[in-house]
Amino acid sequence: MLAYLLRSLTQATLVMLAVAFIAFSMFRYVGDPVASIVGQDATLKDRQELAESLGLNDPFPLQFARFLGNAVQGDFGVSYRQGRPVADLLIERLPATIELAVLSAIVALGLGLVLGIYAALNRKGVIANIVMSLSLIGVSLPTFLIGIGLIFLFSVYLRWLPSFGRGDVVAFGWWTTGLLTDSGRKSLIMPVITLGFFQLTLIMRLVRAEMLEVMRTEYIKFARARGLSDGSVHFRHALRNAMVPVITITGLQLGSIIAFAIVTETVFNWPGLGALFVRSVEVVDIPVMAAYLMFVGLVFVVVNLIVDMLYFLVDPRLRGGATVPAR
Amino acid sequence: MGQHIMSDAVISVRNLQVEFVTRRATLRAIDGVSFDIAKGEVLGVVGESGAGKSVTGAAIIGLIEPPGRISGGEILLNGRRIDNLPPDEMRKIRGRKVAMIFQDPLTSLNPLFRVGEQLIETIRTHLPMNERQARDRAIELLTEVGIPAPEKRIDGYPHEFSGGMRQRVVIALALCAEPDFIVADEPTTALDVSVQAQIISLIKKLGRERGMAVMLVTHDMGVIAETADRVAVMYAGRVAEIGPVRDVVQRPMHPYAKGLMGAIPTLEAATDRLVQIPGSMPRLSSIPRGCAFNPRCGEAFARCFVDQPVPLPVQGRHVACHLYETMEAVR
Amino acid sequence: MSHRAAAPQPRLKLTWKERVAIWRDSDLWLSFKASPVAIMSTAVTLLIVIAAIFADVLAPQDAFDPVALNLLDGFAHPMERGAGSNMLFVMGSDEQGRDIFSALFYGTRLSLLVGVASVIFSMVLGIGLGLLAGYLGGKIEMLIMRVADIQLSFPAILIALLIFGVARGLIPPQQYETTAVFVIIIAIGLSNWAQYARTVRASTLVERNKEYVQAARLMGISGFGIMARHVLPNVMGPVLVIATINLALAIIEEATLSFLGVGLPITQPSLGTLIRSGQKFLLSGEWWILFFPAMMLVILALAINLLGDWLRDALNPKLR
Repeated sequence: MLAYLLRSLTQATLVMLAVAFIAFSMFRYVGDPVASIVGQDATLKDRQELAESLGLNDPFPLQFARFLGNAVQGDFGVSYRQGRPVADLLIERLPATIELAVLSAIVALGLGLVLGIYAALNRKGVIANIVMSLSLIGVSLPTFLIGIGLIFLFSVYLRWLPSFGRGDVVAFGWWTTGLLTDSGRKSLIMPVITLGFFQLTLIMRLVRAEMLEVMRTEYIKFARARGLSDGSVHFRHALRNAMVPVITITGLQLGSIIAFAIVTETVFNWPGLGALFVRSVEVVDIPVMAAYLMFVGLVFVVVNLIVDMLYFLVDPRLRGGATVPAR
Repeated sequence: MGQHIMSDAVISVRNLQVEFVTRRATLRAIDGVSFDIAKGEVLGVVGESGAGKSVTGAAIIGLIEPPGRISGGEILLNGRRIDNLPPDEMRKIRGRKVAMIFQDPLTSLNPLFRVGEQLIETIRTHLPMNERQARDRAIELLTEVGIPAPEKRIDGYPHEFSGGMRQRVVIALALCAEPDFIVADEPTTALDVSVQAQIISLIKKLGRERGMAVMLVTHDMGVIAETADRVAVMYAGRVAEIGPVRDVVQRPMHPYAKGLMGAIPTLEAATDRLVQIPGSMPRLSSIPRGCAFNPRCGEAFARCFVDQPVPLPVQGRHVACHLYETMEAVR
Repeated sequence: MSHRAAAPQPRLKLTWKERVAIWRDSDLWLSFKASPVAIMSTAVTLLIVIAAIFADVLAPQDAFDPVALNLLDGFAHPMERGAGSNMLFVMGSDEQGRDIFSALFYGTRLSLLVGVASVIFSMVLGIGLGLLAGYLGGKIEMLIMRVADIQLSFPAILIALLIFGVARGLIPPQQYETTAVFVIIIAIGLSNWAQYARTVRASTLVERNKEYVQAARLMGISGFGIMARHVLPNVMGPVLVIATINLALAIIEEATLSFLGVGLPITQPSLGTLIRSGQKFLLSGEWWILFFPAMMLVILALAINLLGDWLRDALNPKLR
């Protein structure tokens, strides 16, 4: 157990270091830290002094270490374009993105599981086939078009839901939520559907495929041969086994919801991190880009750790200490 | 069919037919198979892979999956027809009255559940017991199949057991509700040679002690000779010869059975080359007219290419071969 | 498969190989003929590709030459004649009097061009790195595959955005427009190589230990070229499937980037750029400016996706 945990943690740290390295390289070599502070008119002497005081002439490892140290303390420098600390920008926009991503993940996971199991158990059924065909169209449908389609239907045509923004939000300290007001909840509906849809089709197809695969195994046949009820065979034996690979893959998928939010936030003018990132790419605001990269890396690593832990709980073969590949 | 019905038969299979409906054609995997198995009796079923041994076992236990279906004949358990029961009724019998042991113990146990959980669930599905009682029974069963320290091992996961031990667990699972009949589908094929004999003698012992009827599917003639009371030789979905094990193994009559028995190496014949049957079994889609064995048979004559032989009683057994029909008529 | 099986009878070996080849061919062909979906999607894809290639000839209007536009034609509804030029706008026109139907030809051409080019780029890169990883082994293999793992778990769109941003930081602003197509091809291509690398590496590992590679190494010749020649034919099937499905993904990715405003500029519009510029008219009721490019994008992506789906099933009988 401890060895397993330790290995997961080491891996997480390594990935995080790699991401930080990329972020630092961008920060240091793509952007021009000096020009961004003093502007174009500064004299060469001023620039050199500033470079010296910023430590830009120090050896590379030292600079990287300083960057890491600052990042750990939440200091990502100052935005080139907005002139404010990047950390402030991030914190301000974090709740909007988290709320959107978590709700989408819940919808995608819940519906994806139910529909996937249904489609697997009623493989030849009409509804299952319709759902599967729709999911293929869903995969071919770009996220931004789903959002635009929803806006056209519910905002322009039916006039039921607002087409942009978060509506009224309630603040708790630095955290804000739209869940407590009517306009906030209405504003969440379309972005959540848009962001969750792709993950939903993916999870559904995966659950279905894994369920079908497990249903073909000998232990399911043997469970049937012992006269166990369909309910137990499907939902106790088959589902639990199907969940092993599903956890890994959906875990990673849900982690990337944060990044997929980039598109959804742009479509709905959602004041979140993704929209901030797109802006920063457009105007080459390197410190914001670097910080966002670190943030996504962190989410990815944390989700990975959770997936590893879950995996460990579900599959007893890992607990024995020996690493046995799934199935 | 001319076969007598044994009065104490636990399982009677009568003229069973199983078909697989595919897009191209309907294939008959089992074509007119009949046999009885009595209380405490072990019927060995032998034949090449694809001869229909496993399908017969699956049919009895009611686990033929689409596109397969039972298309004719009947299966009787203690004199009551079970092949046409609604799925819910059949499920109550499955595990309770008829049970099955699968080929590979490595894959027939669910890896994510403790051995005890799987046993207790099965026991409680069929018997009115609470968790405690079911656990006690599970420990008893594990003791009976020869698992050492069962009260500890019951909380282990399948991957913590060796292959032979897992097959013992599988047997315990099959015995949970004291079935009257058990199909053992190649129960030792996937095991080390050293533990094969132990598992076979365990099955034999349990069958005898509990008065179960056992259908032992295998392609190992040695196992049959040691364990079975009677043996059925199957070929291309039909029974070629069925009779007491001594007769069929030592003096086979059907040309295919002769070939099959000749293929067992014996000490006396160690210097001779193993007899091999030329050719291979036909695919289901291209079973020849007449006797299915005719392309490989050294003794085939004109009639074998026209009429399909039916099993007829010859010298204390039943043989489906035109060679012996006249012989019986003379007698 | 086995080279040894029929060695004593060269004639037999030949016919056997021929038979396999013919059977395979006909099987793929049979399954194609039996699948209305495959036939339909191929037809649609071909039609779109032809329309894109001959855009200059087929489009009624030279939609992106300002001289050809008449501002009086602006906001013509579908099937309406323009107030200025009296030209028939089958799919309507935008605020500058640009014919949407014509714009589709050019937009599709650019979308396809970027898609195909980036798929080729990622394919070459992925196959190359996969071969290298499989052949060299050791630390380099670990590094390549580790990077592939990490990259596969991040969404391609994020990686493409980052690459795009970095490229912007390195290229002077005056050159944004002239370099946009290349930047986007590289950004999308770099975000999709990992899958090819994985597939190719797996096949390479099998070949690496075969005698002919060992022999070549012992003789001091690099086994790499020889091995590549053996590996590549084996992986053509899976690579083709990945490439087809990736083409649909790349087209969507480009459209998404352009929609986000970090792709192709309005002077060189792809379908995504057209959708972006049409979005602002959605709320005011000029739906056609957005609708037709969006439909085109969906149809194109769906047709290619269905084709890829069929191809995967057809080349992998086990899945059926």
